[in-house]
This record gives sequence, structure tokens and C-alpha cells, in this order.
Amino acid sequence: MLQLILRRIGMMILIMLVVALLLFMINEGDPRLIARSVLGPYAQADQLQLWIEQNGYDRSMFIRYFEWLGRVMTGDLGHSIIYKRPVADIFWDRLGNTGILAGVTFVIMVIVALVLGVLAGMKEGSPQDRAISVLSIATTSVPEYASAVILAGIFVFWLGWLPGTSSMTSGFNIVELILPVMVLTLYGFGYIARMTRASMAEVMTTPYIRTAVLKGLPYRHIIMKHALRNALIAPFTVIMLQINWLLSGVVVTEFAFGYKGFGALLLEAALRRDIFVIEACGIAAVFVAVFTQTIGDLGYTYLNPRIRFK
Amino acid sequence: MTDTTNNAPIAKPDSMLVTIFKSVALLRESPVGIIGGLIVLMFVFLAIFAPIVAPYDPNAPMVPFAFPGSEAPDGGTFWFGTDQLGRDILSRIIWGGQRVLFYATLATVSAYIVGILMGLAAGYFRGYLDEIISFFANVILSFPIMVLYVLIIANLGASGVNIIFAVVFASSPGIMRIVRGVTMDIATRDYIAAAQTRGEGPWYIMLVEILPNARGPLIVDFCLRMGYTTITIGALGFLGLGLPPPDPDWGGMITQTRSFVTGGFPYMAIFPACAVSLLVLGFNLLADGLREVSLRD
Repeated sequence: MLQLILRRIGMMILIMLVVALLLFMINEGDPRLIARSVLGPYAQADQLQLWIEQNGYDRSMFIRYFEWLGRVMTGDLGHSIIYKRPVADIFWDRLGNTGILAGVTFVIMVIVALVLGVLAGMKEGSPQDRAISVLSIATTSVPEYASAVILAGIFVFWLGWLPGTSSMTSGFNIVELILPVMVLTLYGFGYIARMTRASMAEVMTTPYIRTAVLKGLPYRHIIMKHALRNALIAPFTVIMLQINWLLSGVVVTEFAFGYKGFGALLLEAALRRDIFVIEACGIAAVFVAVFTQTIGDLGYTYLNPRIRFK
Repeated sequence: MTDTTNNAPIAKPDSMLVTIFKSVALLRESPVGIIGGLIVLMFVFLAIFAPIVAPYDPNAPMVPFAFPGSEAPDGGTFWFGTDQLGRDILSRIIWGGQRVLFYATLATVSAYIVGILMGLAAGYFRGYLDEIISFFANVILSFPIMVLYVLIIANLGASGVNIIFAVVFASSPGIMRIVRGVTMDIATRDYIAAAQTRGEGPWYIMLVEILPNARGPLIVDFCLRMGYTTITIGALGFLGLGLPPPDPDWGGMITQTRSFVTGGFPYMAIFPACAVSLLVLGFNLLADGLREVSLRD
């Protein structure tokens, strides 16, 4: 087990280094492009040259890569071109906002998905199962940008219950969080629910559950004590992988509702070529994704004794 | 003395197209799949016959802010209303569907060609080639997919070709993984050993012996991926990184009209939102039906 953990962590670090190199090559591979985005479109060629020499960008890319890596590791994320401030000043705030949005969504999504998945998988083929399965396919078919306008039409325009933007201009307001969370949950829960259903349905056909039923144990007891324990192992990995999808959805949802998170920051930076912000956001996104994937893999191994004790 | 068994006609194996058609024809056993198939066919039909079906020119400004069902100047009806520039929304949805389906199909098929070739090579040759391909697949798959799209399109610029490139780059590793797994399984079968003994080349074996037998999971995955790609093209349009205006695409239509949703004209953005959801639902139901049917036998 220890060897496996070390190998997975080694792989995670290797992937992060390669991803960082790719991000660096795309953004800082050509020094003239950096000088151009820092100094603006009207800078003269000799000004660009001077800037490149003064800031050490005339050296080899690999030396610059390792220097940059060292700075990022120590928390120096560079200087934002749009905001004229250190990236770290904006970045951590934005990341925190996204953490709130994604965290709340994640908790609600997982609870809804597990409950529906277990209810469906308990009685495979029943009307209850059919209804939940169709519901989960239907909701996974509505992308975030579509449900954002549909739900805004319903709850903001027709019912007038919720605000249409979530920019939190007058401080943190939980009401502004409802629509983005709904949008993300609606799109994301279906996949976990379907996986839970499949896993639950499989467990329900095993001999030990039949034994429990024939022993005359109460149905509730069988589900809660016997079935759930094994049925929830497989969905665990899916749930961890879902965080990667959640980050994708966060980019679209934050843009849709004007939420000041890191997805919106990345989009703005990418459109206006604010390279140091792009790098910070890209690395953060990949770090979260790779980290959760690794946890998912390790957790699955740990939860499944057949693999753990092999 | 004659051996009668040698005289029996050898059944000619079906061509690849016929086998694919046969597996799709099994769909009649799954009502869910049929519904999905019909939805997709409806959009394909609308896309092909867009010039005939669409009532108006999708880019022609007529009456701005006309509500759904209101009368057009030429006596016709704006069934879905018009947008802020007075363009008929129904016509824009039909023409936008053509564009979305065209790019989604082209992008997904290209991603499949790349993914299949890499997956076959990795799963059949194994060794270092497999290690290298799998490592880079892991690197690409570790990006949250929308972050990857934003980075690629923002660097290359928004155009149809770049969208296709981005989709191929982002989704071929996933296809490669599936193909690799199936290839590794099939490569241990006797008929592959037989082909190797006959002296067939590796690419002949991969493309003629292995690939047709890997079609089951690939057809299901293809339908799912068509849905994802439709979502992606819409999302890029929504973020302002999509196909260039003024020709309609669904994501672009939503983003241009979404500020009117709370201002009294929600239908402008809701109709294209429903169109994209319905098409994706079609692909998902189709994939679900195909999976159900393929598990049955």
C-alpha cells in the first residue's frame, strides 16, 4: 500500500511538472510576445528588446522555466497586466470564491446523487428506478449555459424570487449563490447517480443480500447495514473524478452569473492575454484535478479490501 | 476421396459498414434508444433541409423584439419570436443546428481517427510506445476540459478549424484509452495469432482484424461524445470563443440575448437553450439505448 501511495504521488508530481512546462511554453515560449503583452500594442521594437534584456528573457527557456517554477513554489505568481497588481493579490481571493461555490455544489450534488442512485438501484426495473434513470439522463443533457438561462427565466423573470447575477458586489450574499449552485448540481448529479444505481443494482443481486433477505431481516436494515457499504465503493472514484468536471462547469457558470471566481478570472485573462494570471489559474486547475484523481485512485484501493490485501 | 466440408461455401464476412448497420438496427429493441435516434434524426433532417425548412433568412433584420407567435410583415408567423436585431429565432435555430451538427460531427470523427490510431498502436505494440502515448494522454486528461479549451482557443483564436483542433486535442486521449483497453483484450485472441502466423502486417491486423471487433463500446462512446462535442461548441460560443458571427450558432445566440432574459424577453435565449439540450438528450438516449442493446447479447 505504501509503495502504491508513493508511486501515485510520484506520478502526480511528474504530471504537474509536465503540465507546468506546457503552460510555460505556450505562454512564455516567445519572449517578444510577453514583452508585447506587458508593454502594450504601441511599444517600439527597440523598447521591446530593451525590456526583454532588462528582465532576463533573452536567456534559454529552460533556465527561465526552472526559475519561474521556483518563484511559483514560493508563492510569487508574477504581476497581472490587466489589474496592475501582483497576481497573488487577486488570485487567492478568486480561488476562495470558487472554493465556496464548488464546495457547496459538491456537497449538495453528492447527497442528491447518492440518495437517488440508491433509491433507483434498490429495485432495478421498478417504475421508481425508471423515473430516476430518465431524470438523470435528462438533466445531464442540459449544459450549464442552457440551464443558466432557463432557470434565470423561471426564477428571476417569471417568479422574481432570485437575483439574476451573482457578482456579490455588496458583500457575500447566500441568495446569490442559489442559482449557480442549482445550475452546477443539475448538470453534474446525473452521472454520479447513474454510477451509484449500477453499483447498488449489482450488489442487490449478490448471494449475501439474498441470504439477509431470506433470514427475514428488515428491508431497511439490509439496505443500510449490508448493501450500502459495498455499493458505495465504486461511486467514490466517480465522485472524485467529478471534481474535474465541476471545475469545467465552474468556468461557464461563473461567466454566466458574473460570479467573481477563478474560472471567470481565467477566461478574462485568456481573452486579454494576461499571461501570469493564465499560468496561475491553469496550474491551480490542474493541481486540483490531478490531486483529486490521485485521492480517488488511492481511496478506491483502500476501500476495496480485495485490492488492498493482494 | 473428396472432403465435403471443403466444398461448403465459406460465409463471406460482412463489410464494416454492414456490421455497424446491423448493430444499430438492434436498436429497435430499445424504446429509449428509438426516441433518442428520432430526436437526432429530426435535427439532421432540419440541418440538411435548412434552406427549405427555415421560414426566413437567419441574418435578415425584420421586426425587433417580436414575441413568439406574432405576425411577420409578410403575413407569416414568427413562431419563436425575433431577437433584439429583429432576426427570426426559429430560422436561426435551424441554421445554427446545421452549423453545430456539421462542426460537432467533423470534430468528433477527427478525434476518433486520431484516438483510434493511437489506441491501436499503444494497445498492440505495447512497450515504450504505449508508455509514451499513455503518459501524454494522462497529462491532457488531467486538465479540466473547459480550462483546456479556453487556453487553446484563446491562444489560437476562435475559428471553426481551431475548434476542431481543440476538440481533437482534448478528446482523442479519452478515445485512445478505450481503444487501447479493447485492443489489449482482443490481441490475445486466437484469430489474431492466426493472422500473425499468416504473416499479415501489424497495421493490417489492427485495422482489419481488431478494429471491427472493437466496434461495440466505440459506437456507444461515439454517440456520447457527439453530445459532449455539441455541448462544447455551444459552451465556446457562449463564452465568446466560438464560431464567428453573424451566422448563428446556439451558444452564441444564448450569449447575445441572455441580458434580455430578465428584461422581459426570456424566450430569445431559452429557445436556443432548449434546442441544444434536446439534441444532446437525443445523443444521450441513443447512447443509452445502444448500450442496453449491446449488453443484452
